Amino acid sequence: MKIAFSASEQSVDAPVDARFGRAHYFMIYDSGSGEWQQVENSPNLNAVQGAGIQTAEMLAGKGVEAVITGHCGPKAFRVLKAAGIKVYTGFTGSVSAALAAYQSNELSEISGPDVEGHWQ
Amino acid sequence: MKIAVASGKGGTGKTTISTNLARVLSLAQKTQYLDCDVEEPNGHLFLKPRIDKTAAVTIGVPAIDENKCTVCGKCRSICSYNAIVALGNCTLTFPELCHDCGGCFRVCPSSAISEVRRTVGEVETGRADKIDFVQGRLNVGEVLSPLVIRHVKKYIQPDSIAIIDAPPGTSCPVVQSVKGTDFVVLVTEPTPFGLNDLKLAVDMLKTLNLPFGVVVNRADSGDRGVFDYCSSELIDVLMNIPHDRKIVEAYSKGELAIDVIPELKPEYLNLFTRIKERI
Repeated sequence: MKIAFSASEQSVDAPVDARFGRAHYFMIYDSGSGEWQQVENSPNLNAVQGAGIQTAEMLAGKGVEAVITGHCGPKAFRVLKAAGIKVYTGFTGSVSAALAAYQSNELSEISGPDVEGHWQ
Repeated sequence: MKIAVASGKGGTGKTTISTNLARVLSLAQKTQYLDCDVEEPNGHLFLKPRIDKTAAVTIGVPAIDENKCTVCGKCRSICSYNAIVALGNCTLTFPELCHDCGGCFRVCPSSAISEVRRTVGEVETGRADKIDFVQGRLNVGEVLSPLVIRHVKKYIQPDSIAIIDAPPGTSCPVVQSVKGTDFVVLVTEPTPFGLNDLKLAVDMLKTLNLPFGVVVNRADSGDRGVFDYCSSELIDVLMNIPHDRKIVEAYSKGELAIDVIPELKPEYLNLFTRIKERI
């Protein structure tokens, strides 16, 4: 299973980026192999509009099944939900700490967007 | 004859100039006032028109028939506005991001996309005494101001003098407003901000190859920068409006300056004469 974390730098020690669509990077963890993949989000980060939508589509295309990020707006949430991806928000620590929290079931899944679009 | 009133900087007096000019001209000839500042039209506050008709401005957005859609992703690839997402098992649309290019309808190989009309704004028409009044209004949260402006400009009558009140700035809505006009009046103020934005507006009009002149509002305040720039660039200063408390008081009550200060009428007629000489 692949889990994607929005990250402000390309490292598991980097903080989880509060933004989803305009996060700089995604760190994707594959629980099967235990390996990390780094994804630059610059094409979506610089989108004039629809950054969240495109980011969600990109992650769906990579077979991600869970997303851990700071906040998630309505358009991105709609795409993630349609793709069957679980969304966990509100985490502020490092990517590795977020993975540990996820693995010990400390994170709670959201059932709807937790912010308005363009919240930041 | 189509005269646009624009500015770089906001709040310099576009609406003051265009409403007063329209009123003065309407006393002797067929005149239209068209408010193209569709994000915040305010000419109506001064002209107080009677609105007779409201027409919706709509765009065609895609609706996908899930039974016919094969999720081939062609509609998603052609969409430049990220309004369509193709996932493995479904295609999602975001009508609020659609710019009505029509590409998705054309590329769909399974005729799965039909067009739904979505309202993004409106055009109101009516009369303000002798003035034929038109104003556009973009709905809150929408982005397609140039489209609403295009609809406003459809009401221009060739046998009228059309005064087009443009939005501030130099971006797409302004370009759409001034495009196809015979002359552009740039309203500015004698401050560093007014000068900076005037230069941007002048660059825009030179690129568009449109004739223009400058009106300096509150001309006896501020500094000489705008005047020095205009004389060194050989730009006509068509009119200077003094910083007069009576004009400001009239404005604050939604009154036209020429109604309160009749001596301004010949000034506006002179402005029109100078514009005509340039066309």
